[in-house]
Amino acid sequence: MASITLSNVRKSYGTTHVIHGIDLTVHDGEFVVIVGPSGCGKSTLLRLVAGLEEITEGTVEIGGRVVNHLEPKDRDIAMVFQNYALYPHMSVRQNMAYGLKMRKMSKADIEKRVNWAAGVLQLSDLLDRRPGQLSGGQRQRVAMGRAMVRSPAAFLFDEPLSNLDAKLRVQMRLEIKRLQQELRTTSLYVTHDQVEAMTMADRLVVMNAGVAEQVGTPMEIYERPRTVFVAGFIGSPNMNFLPARLRGGMLELGQGLLVECPNAPAGTDGRDVTLGIRPEHLVVAKQGEPADIQFVVHMVEPLGAETLVHGRFNSVETNVALRLHGTPNVWRDAHLPLRLPPDALHLFDPASGVRLTE
Amino acid sequence: MVERRPLWTFFTHAVLLLGLVVTIFPIYVALVASSHDTTTLIAGVPMTFGTHFFDNYARVILEGTAAPGAAPVGPMLINSAVMALGIAVGKIVISILSAFAVVYFRFPLRMVCFWLIFATLMLPVEVRILPTYEVIADLSMLNTHVGLIVPLIASATATFLFRQFFMTVPNELVEAARIDGAGPLRFFKDVLLPLSRTNMAALFVILFLYGWNQYLWPLLVTTDESMYTIVMGIKRMIAVGDDVVEWNLAMAAAILAMLPPVAVVVIMQRLFVKGLVEVEK
Repeated sequence: MASITLSNVRKSYGTTHVIHGIDLTVHDGEFVVIVGPSGCGKSTLLRLVAGLEEITEGTVEIGGRVVNHLEPKDRDIAMVFQNYALYPHMSVRQNMAYGLKMRKMSKADIEKRVNWAAGVLQLSDLLDRRPGQLSGGQRQRVAMGRAMVRSPAAFLFDEPLSNLDAKLRVQMRLEIKRLQQELRTTSLYVTHDQVEAMTMADRLVVMNAGVAEQVGTPMEIYERPRTVFVAGFIGSPNMNFLPARLRGGMLELGQGLLVECPNAPAGTDGRDVTLGIRPEHLVVAKQGEPADIQFVVHMVEPLGAETLVHGRFNSVETNVALRLHGTPNVWRDAHLPLRLPPDALHLFDPASGVRLTE
Repeated sequence: MVERRPLWTFFTHAVLLLGLVVTIFPIYVALVASSHDTTTLIAGVPMTFGTHFFDNYARVILEGTAAPGAAPVGPMLINSAVMALGIAVGKIVISILSAFAVVYFRFPLRMVCFWLIFATLMLPVEVRILPTYEVIADLSMLNTHVGLIVPLIASATATFLFRQFFMTVPNELVEAARIDGAGPLRFFKDVLLPLSRTNMAALFVILFLYGWNQYLWPLLVTTDESMYTIVMGIKRMIAVGDDVVEWNLAMAAAILAMLPPVAVVVIMQRLFVKGLVEVEK
């Protein structure tokens, strides 16, 4: 058990800077997920912690010890790879035991630990199989087992679920989370899947272009995204963004279309902003209720439990998505009266993309 | 592909059978010839087996023929086996290690080394045979097994093959081993070697045949009868000048020379296929 502390960690390959100074503390027993689009440097960051890549600048501490120049094996970490990286010629048992054998642990101890991990992961019947004879989910569990038997200070996961099919992914997601909660091992988990990120994380790091855009609990990030990037990346379907202008406590969208905006920060009157609003926060006004805006439906996507409606606000040239419960009676070219709840409006600076609303 | 074209089937089978006959017939002739006595063969090779089969083989293995410098086949087979095994094993050991170095280590002039190795492909034994002879003679390795093996022991082809194979081994495997605490040599021994099993088996077959079939080099470096290899020995048996060639014995020697490579191919092919089925990459 240990915490991981990254201080101003940078990584460059020659003159290409990949990680631009990241500060992050993963507390003891915490599950932190790093999420971001491909190429944002999230895997590189994980590999820096693992010691598979050399750190250009800054320090990485694991359990209060600076590990910058330690070999991966001396860092007391275990890693689960995207393609599992199981040794194809070894049985499940040998795969799990290999790291222990390298650490000169006694045969009896190895046996005990492997059996324990196999029991927890329901692999006991498969111990003598080769990875090639296992299904994707089983291989994934062996990879987990290989990490678990070592009882390391920290687990590092590099997109461990992305080679599984959708159904298995959901199942393994729960399983990994459950295991982590049982073992209370500090974990750093990299993924590009925001659902995985939201559901598994104690805390979330949203990365973009080598920078940690926001660090916080999943709900903090969902409710108060710090930048346009974070707002657009977390949440599905994406948050809607519209150009707008603040004028006397009102938001002007397009021509003469005014919406009340009581939570506009002070001193922003008259300036251009980017309005962000999540599809699930747009509400259809009930009969007799005053509507803020008219919505023209272009396309309807019924999903059963919910319905995605794509269209536009009257006189605004930006596509907007709408997420409605159940399967409401909506059709193409229909006009829907919408309410924009004031507390669901996110205002961002259009130039820097930084959040303006408190 | 499901196709029903009787004429085509007939034709393809005819070609196959013809090929088989062309391959088998000389071996049959050699077998038959090795079962007669010398005088019968002067008139040509009969189509049926004679009665001297075992005498001939016993004589050729233990005594050799009457031709000058025609040593007994027994020792020659051993020499050939030592040379072929030495070359095959040596080539595999050296090339797998050099491929390991070239693929997994970053050292100065790494690519230069690789291309130098690769360039030696352009220099087969025949091209460099005089300087090589000079070197081996100066090291007083003439008429030794070492002298037979060493000049042929480096292999650019095998190095290249192993290099290509190592490059298909996923990088994550290397990283997993690093995290598991396996150093480079442990990784080589515990992961790369077992994964290379099939490649080694295939290469062993090819290289054993290569070593076994060496003719020119043994002819140059061996002058002592006790160091002769079988492939050159057969030639000695029929170089008798004006005397009668003991074809029955020469043919027996030829058959004996054929057996070890055949055995290697048959045995290793099983292992090769087994390895292919078991190991998944």
